[in-house]
Amino acid sequence: MRPLITAIGLLLAWEVLVWVTGVPVYILPPPSRVGVVLVERFDLLMEQAVWTAAEMVLGLILGLVLGAALAVVFAASAGWRRWALPLVIVSQAIPVIAIAPLLVLWLGYGMASKVAMAALVIFFPVVSALYDGLRRTDPGWLDLAHAMDARPRAVLLQIRLPAALPAFASGARIAAAVAPIGAVIGEWVGASAGLGYLMTQSLARGQTPLAFAALFLLCLLGLALYHATDWAGRRLVPWQSPQGE
Amino acid sequence: MTFVVASPSLSVRGARIAFGDRVVATDLTLEFPGGRTTCLLGRSGVGKTSLLRWLAGLLPGTERLQPLAYMAQRDLLLPWLSILDNVLLGYRLRGDATALKAAEPRARALLGEVGLGDRLGDRPEALSAGMRQRAALARTLCEDRSVVLMDEPFGHLDAVTRLELQDLAARLLAGRTVVMVTHDPLEALRLGHQVRVLAGTPFTVGPPIDPPGPIPRDASDPELLALQGRLIAQLRCTA
Repeated sequence: MRPLITAIGLLLAWEVLVWVTGVPVYILPPPSRVGVVLVERFDLLMEQAVWTAAEMVLGLILGLVLGAALAVVFAASAGWRRWALPLVIVSQAIPVIAIAPLLVLWLGYGMASKVAMAALVIFFPVVSALYDGLRRTDPGWLDLAHAMDARPRAVLLQIRLPAALPAFASGARIAAAVAPIGAVIGEWVGASAGLGYLMTQSLARGQTPLAFAALFLLCLLGLALYHATDWAGRRLVPWQSPQGE
Repeated sequence: MTFVVASPSLSVRGARIAFGDRVVATDLTLEFPGGRTTCLLGRSGVGKTSLLRWLAGLLPGTERLQPLAYMAQRDLLLPWLSILDNVLLGYRLRGDATALKAAEPRARALLGEVGLGDRLGDRPEALSAGMRQRAALARTLCEDRSVVLMDEPFGHLDAVTRLELQDLAARLLAGRTVVMVTHDPLEALRLGHQVRVLAGTPFTVGPPIDPPGPIPRDASDPELLALQGRLIAQLRCTA
């Protein structure tokens, strides 16, 4: 209830601000105007939203799978970790906006370059969260496994990995929160569809209310993705908290 | 009940136990009689746990003496597994499907013995601390090793639950070679066929104390309480 009241309050303040200052619509449209555009251009907006949502979800899945696989490889093999970890860190040192044009050049204006971009910003929080989780297994569990003559593979898959799932879930939540960044940057740099593309196009034509409507939908998409991931994470980790005080 | 054939004794000869810079014991020679329970009694920090971890091969650079089962102070149940799967953990981790299948009836029977026969499918978080420690005891017994090491296994429990679990453990561990570490003199006197006091840095092991009578001994037995008084006095002056 509280977020709804806050949102309504902010929208009202915005409406009043526009009305009092008399800012032209192409600079700052009032929320009522954005709402009208949202209804009038609903078909166009939904079409673009579906496109962007697909980019975000595919990027999230790709990023989660790649990130999880890499983290498990790092945890299982010190050799791989020594060679590949610096590369992973370098990949994050390059600002994603700087490689965006390259990805568009290589993968085209279509969906692939956006999915790649989203996956690129997503996989790092996933790798680092899951790898951290895999390293911080309760030493008591590892002692127990050792006394039981456990095979190292079984320890990784049956103890360390499930024990790291809460960490993975929190990495996935961060990933879901940053996924829209990757997709939208990709669309700004070069695209033929999507909400980010619609924003740049409508801003260039002075259709600011349409850009705001697209922004509003982007915000909704981001929230939906975050909450879906959060829900899935809680389903994945039904136990309350890892043991160990 | 599991039938155990002639559990071996455990001998330590001239051992040096250290981890990092800390030397816990030097030239340690110690014999744990087969098929009996030896309680190692000492104040916190004397190195009881280190000795146990050394025996279990859990200290870096050590090998354990023989296959054994290990029970820690915490129950160490995996929160994502059912109680039954937790009890079968060793078989799961060794990856032997045949042995796992063969051990399942035993696991069910053991859980019945510790009073958890109707909680097989529950997750550990649904159980009380005492129940979880009973599940951990069932897991330890399910390993079916003739040597069992226990590190203050009942230290976290309230007094009544502790007494109940001591009785249960004494009954179920009968016939195995058990080394139990504890800082509770009464626990040592109730459960140990033999009690040994650890003191000093690096620690030395006092002569074997053999309290009379079968275990678990009655906690209200005046003879036992007198012995407890003497042990406490002994622990005090070894500070």
